[in-house]
Amino acid sequence: MKCSVPNGVNTSAHIGWCPGCGHGIIARLVAEAAQALGIEDRIIMVEDVACGEFAQNVLQFNSIGAAHGRPIITAAGAKRVRPDAIVIAHPGDGSAYSIGMESTIHCALRNENILALVVNNSVFGMTGGQMSPTSLPNMKTTSSPHGRDVTKNGNIFDAMKVLSQLDIAYLARGSVESPAQVIKTGKMIQKALEKQMNNEGFCLVEVLSPCPTNWNLTPQEALEFMKEQEKYFQLGEFVDKGGK
Amino acid sequence: MSKIVLSLERCKGCHLCVSVCPTKALTPSGELGEKGYETVRVDEEKCVQCGSCYRMCPDYVIEIL
Repeated sequence: MKCSVPNGVNTSAHIGWCPGCGHGIIARLVAEAAQALGIEDRIIMVEDVACGEFAQNVLQFNSIGAAHGRPIITAAGAKRVRPDAIVIAHPGDGSAYSIGMESTIHCALRNENILALVVNNSVFGMTGGQMSPTSLPNMKTTSSPHGRDVTKNGNIFDAMKVLSQLDIAYLARGSVESPAQVIKTGKMIQKALEKQMNNEGFCLVEVLSPCPTNWNLTPQEALEFMKEQEKYFQLGEFVDKGGK
Repeated sequence: MSKIVLSLERCKGCHLCVSVCPTKALTPSGELGEKGYETVRVDEEKCVQCGSCYRMCPDYVIEIL
């Protein structure tokens, strides 16, 4: 089987992610989907102030650096002024479900024609591994050193349960835990981009990703921990509506 | 016949490729790469070019050409 790095990835750039981080895999999936659909010149990536912004170095697409927590709402604005562009917001879980929760929900309510590609690693990565809404119960983070206590800190936020009730075009959750899941996630991203090209509406693809640095695990142990993560976050497609 | 190509100057030594290789063709090399991380080596006899390592590598080190 021939596998070569897609054109959209600049391999000579500085790849700033930690060893074993899933962001690199997810950036490659975006470039692969863009190459398959032939839309590399039309893509605008909207990056968050977080680990995901290193994709600006790696991916050779147009990009915007949004304010922290606001990539989804910035992407909606970019799409309104450039309707021919394919706009991808690239927030993390802390951004999309905590700081930028209102923009996620309201963009979904307005059915903005963008793709929100949310990278869920269950912590705030770049700021040092603090607890996020998607941290697992009893998970030790720098701001919950004795483990997340659901009676004090609230239950984990499952975006699929909330957003599947809304009238949006596509909602799916993938993972980069194994090569098989990486292939499935790539297909989800490509499907969501196709829906945006057909003007179908808001698409959100969440990808579970390992963060070995902030989970205090080796990359191999982080892949094992992702199986624990998958017990709380069910994988699959939750909303898949036809054309408008 | 396709062939596995490693660009080890980008390798950060996470060894995700080693843990997903179904035939154990990839192993830690014991040598440090340009970035100072332990790189990997491939046994081409065992490699079946399945592409699992390419899919899991976060640093675009592995290609099958």
